[in-house]
Amino acid sequence: MFASFTYLADWLVYQQLGLSAQTKWGSALHFFVEDVTKIFALLLVMIYVISFLRAAMDVERVRSYLSGQHRGVGYLMGSSFGAITPFCSCSSIPVFLGFTSAGIPVGITMAFLLTSPLINEVAVLLLLSLLGWKFTLMYVLVGMTIGIMGGALLDLLRAERWLQPFAAKAYQQAVQQPGMEIECEVRKLSFQDRHDFAKTEMLEIFGRVWKWVIIGVGLGAGLHGFVPEGWLESHLGDGQWWSVPAAVLMGIPLYSNATGVIPVMESLLLKGLPVGTTLAFCMSTVAASFPEFILLKQVMQWRLLALIFVVLLLSFTVMGWIFNVAFAL
Amino acid sequence: MKTVKVLGTGCTKCTKTAEVIERVAQAMGADVEVIKETRPEVIMQYQVMRTPAVVVDETLVHSGSIPAQEEIKQWLQ
Repeated sequence: MFASFTYLADWLVYQQLGLSAQTKWGSALHFFVEDVTKIFALLLVMIYVISFLRAAMDVERVRSYLSGQHRGVGYLMGSSFGAITPFCSCSSIPVFLGFTSAGIPVGITMAFLLTSPLINEVAVLLLLSLLGWKFTLMYVLVGMTIGIMGGALLDLLRAERWLQPFAAKAYQQAVQQPGMEIECEVRKLSFQDRHDFAKTEMLEIFGRVWKWVIIGVGLGAGLHGFVPEGWLESHLGDGQWWSVPAAVLMGIPLYSNATGVIPVMESLLLKGLPVGTTLAFCMSTVAASFPEFILLKQVMQWRLLALIFVVLLLSFTVMGWIFNVAFAL
Repeated sequence: MKTVKVLGTGCTKCTKTAEVIERVAQAMGADVEVIKETRPEVIMQYQVMRTPAVVVDETLVHSGSIPAQEEIKQWLQ
């Protein structure tokens, strides 16, 4: 199915512009044209389809599923909902408080909030189209594992101690009145409602991410055309254990969303950067972003915020090492 | 006079929502005070999880998106 985009790029770059596949510019431009057209087409079609299917899924419904849930199941459910619920990071504060004031443990709420930026429909679509289903499956499993284990660890450390006082109080009140009903009206959606929702989502998400696609693919294309084969492998290959934590640290200031990073990942992998190092870099860029962390300060004390940040960085690093070793065998 | 609160922790959509409401109110000549509420503890009290949300005279009327002009007109009447 994706071959047509390769033909399109062949036709445009090699035949119309007359560039050779052997030149740096030809190779970079071909990469750019192929990926941008493929990603744009895929995003437009698939965001509509996915939004149509999940139009009735919202944070209110997730909250009613999660409240009163046993912890073990709760982390898994929190993380799964984080992966599939449409959710804007600018809503993370009200969602956090809404969950907490319904008596949902901080760990389950954080399993939801940590998984959400790592796994979303755009990221999964890009991974599928650029890197194939095996890598996508691996990425999703790693993302969910980090959400689940991060959440469980926070509850183990009794993280609710380090919430801002008003949030801690709301949580205590909810826990002391376990019979509290969580309201959730089940909306009945018509075909028209779903179509309207899907259309709005498609236009909004596309409007937000198209620039990132251009930037990400541009960088990826530059790497593809201009960085010599084997350069990355010899400089940042499996032998260098420090390359994984270095990739994680590099990812922090490079604040981006998944859309911008995945095309770069494609290039890095093609150039021989080990899988684990690439994964670690990508996840760090997407999830460990300062602007969003600072927002959480409104509901958490510095201690908790710093703890979550360190847990994330460590887990990206450990995951990176595991994958590097596993793939080198 | 009606009091309209726009709830949201400072995202661009929240600012836009407040602007749209002010514009509609002006066009209608309605006597409205628009307040931007960004304190999380207050937003929590309205049990809102999706922002921007709109509260008209202490009643939650909208949540999760920038409201349509038609909707705003109905609230301000």
